[in-house]
Amino acid sequence: MRKSMVYLAVVVSQVVITVVLSIHAATVIKAARPRQEGVSRVVSALKLTDLCLFTEARYTRHPSMADRNTAFQDYPFSFEHFPSGSLMTVPEIVRKR
Amino acid sequence: MWIDKQKNILDFTLSSLLRRKGKNAALVCVYSVVVFVLASVMFFTHAIKKEAMIILKDAPEVIVQRMVAGRHDLMDLSYADEIRKITGVSSAEGRLWGYYYDPLFKANYTLMVPPEFKYQEGEIAIGQGVSRSAVTEAGNVMPFFGIDGKLTSFRIRELLSSESELVTSDLVLMSEQDFRALFGIPKNRATDLAVTVGNPQEVVTIANKIKKQLPDTRPIIREEIIRTYDTIFDWRSGIMLVIFSGALLAFIIFAWDKASGLSAEERKEIGILKATGWETSDVILMKFWEGAVISLTSFLAGMIFAYVHVFFSSAALFEPVLKGWAVLYPQFRLVPYINAYQVTTLFFLTVVPYTTATIIPAWRAAIVDPDSVMRT
Repeated sequence: MRKSMVYLAVVVSQVVITVVLSIHAATVIKAARPRQEGVSRVVSALKLTDLCLFTEARYTRHPSMADRNTAFQDYPFSFEHFPSGSLMTVPEIVRKR
Repeated sequence: MWIDKQKNILDFTLSSLLRRKGKNAALVCVYSVVVFVLASVMFFTHAIKKEAMIILKDAPEVIVQRMVAGRHDLMDLSYADEIRKITGVSSAEGRLWGYYYDPLFKANYTLMVPPEFKYQEGEIAIGQGVSRSAVTEAGNVMPFFGIDGKLTSFRIRELLSSESELVTSDLVLMSEQDFRALFGIPKNRATDLAVTVGNPQEVVTIANKIKKQLPDTRPIIREEIIRTYDTIFDWRSGIMLVIFSGALLAFIIFAWDKASGLSAEERKEIGILKATGWETSDVILMKFWEGAVISLTSFLAGMIFAYVHVFFSSAALFEPVLKGWAVLYPQFRLVPYINAYQVTTLFFLTVVPYTTATIIPAWRAAIVDPDSVMRT
């Protein structure tokens, strides 16, 4: 078999996998809707405000509720105490300055 | 025929690449890893931002906090009466919530009073994360240290659904009486206020009115809550990319050097090809195929692995960074929100620069006299 055909077979198979994954993505997005609606109802019923991603400190657990003007709390490039604080960007108001 | 010509040139290009297979295989591997990391960060952050946007669309319209000395403080419920008087406000209800550090399991929980608690005093509902971290389940008893230092035991009546874990993993829901007794919060105080507005277009105006009438408060509107997650997961920021940027820069220099600088052997090869009758356009075509073979293969491989990593293994490689010092972490599977913009951006950031970089030096070598190229 010619080398070009082997290479084209590899690229075609990669493209096929990509197409299969995009079909998978579309299916999962569709299937996730009822679950997301359910979670949204929980958020509404319990009056929640934040995702439960980083539970180590109050300003990482509820970033939208955190104080905006307390030192060492929500400025990611200050002396950060918790690792997840490094994932957060500078607040918009500070960036605009 | 055009197709046969392309096949022949591709055959020749592949043979040429295979002559330096060690070097090129290493390049493809590093290239794929670079695409994999970039794509993983891109897919992950976009998916989590989108999930936050969908889930939090029903969060309270306005949350009003009371600020004392730069920190939020307990809110007097008389503030709710003041806010209700503002035209356009449908309701203003106190929310009771706070944090509890469990010294036994070294985990932080969010204790909360839901607007409607269906169980009795002394009973609680807990999130899946709390259940995992405290190794407990419905029917068991869970102790909490109160403000007086005494242990109070609560009966677990319900485990919150695993589907809602992304928002409820660390929650402990209890009755108002239990919450106030545990933390010693007086009856006329709440943590903050949740305000409902009749007309969504009036939210900003009402938030401004609240701020004006009650200067010691901070209103947070729903749009700001959602935007917080957009800001947090801005893909260009983040420790992963900061750490990775050094490696990325090293790769760019390596790839640029490899692609744009022709070795003496490659120059000689071009000279021989031209001497044997190859046109300049054929040499450029060969170099185009060389760039395309390496970058397209790496791009597709990197992207496929990134998809599997983020959406099948729940971004297992990022988990330690995301978890940080947290003991309690929700178990969730992200929904693969990928759009054409992301893939196109990735393609133009990776495939196009490399392929272009291989063509220009080849064109320079191909336009000079074959004899002089072979002599150098």
